[in-house]
Amino acid sequence: MAAIAFTEEQIERYSRQIILPEVGGVGQRKLLAARVLVIGAGGLGSPVGLYLAAAGVGRIGIVDSDRVDLSNLQRQILHATRDLGREKCTSAKQTMESINPDVTVVPYPVRLTSSNILDIISGYDMVVDGSDNFPTRYLVNDACVLAGKPLSHAGILRFEGQATTIVPGRGPCYRCLYPEPPPPGLMPSCQEAGVLGATAGVMGAIQAAEVLKLILGIGDLLVGRILICDGLTMSFRTVRVERDPGCPICGDSPSVTELIDYDDFCGLRVPEEQYHE
Amino acid sequence: MTAVKPDKSIDLRGTPCPLNWVKTKLRLEEMQPGMVLEVVVDEGAPAHNVPRSVQAEGHKILEVGHSADGVRVVIERC
Repeated sequence: MAAIAFTEEQIERYSRQIILPEVGGVGQRKLLAARVLVIGAGGLGSPVGLYLAAAGVGRIGIVDSDRVDLSNLQRQILHATRDLGREKCTSAKQTMESINPDVTVVPYPVRLTSSNILDIISGYDMVVDGSDNFPTRYLVNDACVLAGKPLSHAGILRFEGQATTIVPGRGPCYRCLYPEPPPPGLMPSCQEAGVLGATAGVMGAIQAAEVLKLILGIGDLLVGRILICDGLTMSFRTVRVERDPGCPICGDSPSVTELIDYDDFCGLRVPEEQYHE
Repeated sequence: MTAVKPDKSIDLRGTPCPLNWVKTKLRLEEMQPGMVLEVVVDEGAPAHNVPRSVQAEGHKILEVGHSADGVRVVIERC
């Protein structure tokens, strides 16, 4: 049972979380052994990636096919002005590994599709959705349900955000709440409606906390609850939600039995920069 | 003072707060309940803080002995 001893540097680096009675050395070892996939190195993926790396989550995958654009930097705090034009997942890897050399960041500079997602998530214990488009959001939800992987979901727009944690078999999935994607063009994107960078920070930090709790097996997750944040009034509320037995993917007789690429399915063409917020 | 025979001992003199407690905690985690750990810490804040943290986490302080060489804290792992 002899666990590998922490180095002096690790003891000091993680001291403030090892001190927590709910973490300790036992919890720190769980974090170092954990493998988390983050979808998107954008507004949400940035705080998620930074906090997971800082906490010592040992292996973090980052999926993003975009390159860093000047308009990203107001909220996508993994990237700096010097990174303009670089692949976001490469820039993310460099930032996260420079914060904590204990962490290995695996970059996936690809667009997630029905044909690659199951293969990519198979190497991870859980998934964080930091995407900002419906085709990816449904694809990630469906893949996590099919693969039985826990998923932290969040969405942001303007000053508002919402977050929930999906643990297949233990509570509702994203489709239990919203069975089908909205028609293209109905919901405004951050590109059209704008978003406060700090809104992304608040919601991304909530996702990071959920992931760390899930790894540590502590506290109460946002399973069966949606946390809604209104940043303008700075008020939070929680709405209880239940698994829908008629859910198209996680229900008792699912109608969705294979992954769907909605952008092809709906004929929706989303501009490149709208992906992976 | 009757000396309790410790199963393990660490010298944490020169180690500042809260690292002295972090190292104590990590060592306690490796031990079985009922085993005894002796730590030697500096006078002042460490002598005050380490026993307090030990108790807050549910372990038992068996002995705190002050001497010219530092403060000997004897802990039963609970």
